[in-house]
Amino acid sequence: MKQIAIGILGAATLGLMASAASAGTLDTVKAKGFIQCGVSTGLAGFSAPDDKGDWQGIDADFCRAVAAAVFGDGTKVKFTPLSAKERFTALQSGEIDILSRNTTWTINRDTALGLNFVGVTYYDGQGFMINAKKLPGVNSALQLSGAAVCVQSGTTTELNLADYFKANKMEYNPVVFEKLEEVNAAYDAGRCDVYTTDQSGLYGIRLTLGSPADHVVLPEIISKEPLGPAVRQGDDQWYHIVKWTYFALLQAEELGITKANVDEMKNSASPEIKRVLGQEADTKIGTDLGVSNDWVVNIVKATGNYGEMFERNVGSGSPLKIARGINALWTKGGLQYAPPIR
Amino acid sequence: MASQEVLREEPSRGSFINDPKVRGIFFQAVVVVVLVAGVWWIAHNVIANLTRLHIASGFGFLKGRAGFDISESAIAYSSDSTYGRAILVGFLNTVIVAIVGIITATIIGFIVGIGRLSQNWLIRKICTVYVEVFRNIPPLLVIFFWYSGVLAVLPAPRDSINLPFGSFLNQRGFYFPRAVWGDGSWLIFVALLVGIAMAWFVARKARQRQMATGQQFPVLWTALALIVGLPLLAYALSGFPLTFDYPKQSTFNLTGGFQVRPEFLSLYLALSCYTAAFIAEIVRAGIRGVSKGQTEAAGALGLRPGSILRLVVVPQAMRIVIPPLTSQYLNLTKNSSLAIAIGYPDLTATAGTVLNQTGQAVEGVVIMMVIYLAISLLTSLVMNWFNAKMALVER
Repeated sequence: MKQIAIGILGAATLGLMASAASAGTLDTVKAKGFIQCGVSTGLAGFSAPDDKGDWQGIDADFCRAVAAAVFGDGTKVKFTPLSAKERFTALQSGEIDILSRNTTWTINRDTALGLNFVGVTYYDGQGFMINAKKLPGVNSALQLSGAAVCVQSGTTTELNLADYFKANKMEYNPVVFEKLEEVNAAYDAGRCDVYTTDQSGLYGIRLTLGSPADHVVLPEIISKEPLGPAVRQGDDQWYHIVKWTYFALLQAEELGITKANVDEMKNSASPEIKRVLGQEADTKIGTDLGVSNDWVVNIVKATGNYGEMFERNVGSGSPLKIARGINALWTKGGLQYAPPIR
Repeated sequence: MASQEVLREEPSRGSFINDPKVRGIFFQAVVVVVLVAGVWWIAHNVIANLTRLHIASGFGFLKGRAGFDISESAIAYSSDSTYGRAILVGFLNTVIVAIVGIITATIIGFIVGIGRLSQNWLIRKICTVYVEVFRNIPPLLVIFFWYSGVLAVLPAPRDSINLPFGSFLNQRGFYFPRAVWGDGSWLIFVALLVGIAMAWFVARKARQRQMATGQQFPVLWTALALIVGLPLLAYALSGFPLTFDYPKQSTFNLTGGFQVRPEFLSLYLALSCYTAAFIAEIVRAGIRGVSKGQTEAAGALGLRPGSILRLVVVPQAMRIVIPPLTSQYLNLTKNSSLAIAIGYPDLTATAGTVLNQTGQAVEGVVIMMVIYLAISLLTSLVMNWFNAKMALVER
């Protein structure tokens, strides 16, 4: 129901915002004093409200980093929880400024949907989870023919699932829900045998089930799911701010700039660190981007560098305990790589 | 009233600004111009904004490959089918649940509605409780009641409840044997059609004879014998071609047989129970609306209570019942979009998924609105025809 409401709202907004949206997103954001950030309806480690109602997770922190770059204050963010089906309409219609909601980057979304993905904040892949207690003999996804599979509608997951079973000539019974909580409840109640979504999601969801120890994630990864934030097309300045916020987080980790040492690092002897932190004389790096020159300092003070964000939300500092793996920096054998800030 | 009379007395007083006819036309023209301009402005803005945001538009996407699977489909569908076909599947699922829901709700509604007027205290009270309970709970809660409260707590497939005739009930739904028609089974269907035709003919003849002579004929038993007996005879003659495919236990689920999924079951039961409560009240109002004198007059003629209800009260009550009944049918059809909460792939759910996979929100919402409008108008059309047929024919 809600996605129709948003659809109609979106259609109506598209109809009415002719003049309003021609002002840049940066100006609009500055005028209202906060960033409207689209997040999930609750996925541990990525975006989920904690016991105080504050949104936690990598995706939520990314929006805080952008707010820190724009306002020098990471708290100037308002979060809009969105289901998978609602997310693109919400961004297209201007209801949110950034979509930071474990969303897979695909060509169709970059072209036909009118979005611009800024980068990959988490390299993921789709996996399967089963209840090992109820299905003791199953240890591979190739044994799943005939199973009922719970999946969230309107996702790449839904499409990969169809492709995978078709390619392996297996049958399945899709049990499709719109909201993550509905899928979780149906899987927990035994409506389906298998839960499929991004592997990081499976680990997070397993923690919320009745008896987490009974459930195992099968070894197969059936797809590439590069998750990242996206913005609307047609506003290069805003696109650059969001994109370079992501690169700044990576660059900070690469240079060893952390939340704890960022103030000391300002006086570092390294010209690169000084340049990145905006301490170079007459620097214009920040102002050219449309933010203040100490934007990287603000970002790191608000959320820490990428590595700190990762460990706090999904890594060793979180209940998920996911290893860095391919999400490590390129210098440590991973895929995370930022172009130089100069 | 006074001013109207004045105006009518002096239709034109020289100045044409004061002419009520001209004024009427003028204001109608203004409204039309404003309306057209408004629609044009919105459409123009939508197109301009879609182009500016580089969002694809138009209905060409309907021919693209859908790529997702749908759990329930009345027609052949796979992930290789088009988006258009996916929407068609959703549309048919909506129609199926609406039709069976309307039939069931009408039956329950009539029984409960008549039950509320029963002489029997217990029947009357049970029917009152039914109406008050279901009428005062939002339909979404009724759906969740059936889905999470009743069907989800059934046992897992391995411990299915065995029902008679090889049927099973578990949390994945209701399974029953599927009929497999062998060679020569066309004879059975022909026999069934012939049986129905003959039964209709017998009923007509019997009615004519009763009109002419007053003698009655046991129509019900004859019709039953024809409709059931003839196909059975054909079944025996063609060498018992009917076999059954029984549901069997496999690794994950029961396979074979026919599966009614819990999503459909709970939506169907919820919509039927919910709408039936309203229909019951409409039926009660209709029967109450027939004056008591009619019943007493029929009684004075010597008709039995059953015949009074069937021949005198209900036909007159129908004239009161049908118009509000139409609204309830439309409500049921539209409430079926609540299916999205439990994952039944109706029009809203599949068109919503298509909308999301293609990102074409404007077109997606337009398609949904047009289809729901078409279903509703068609329902109204049929009910209006039925209403005209049942209306008092004055001689």
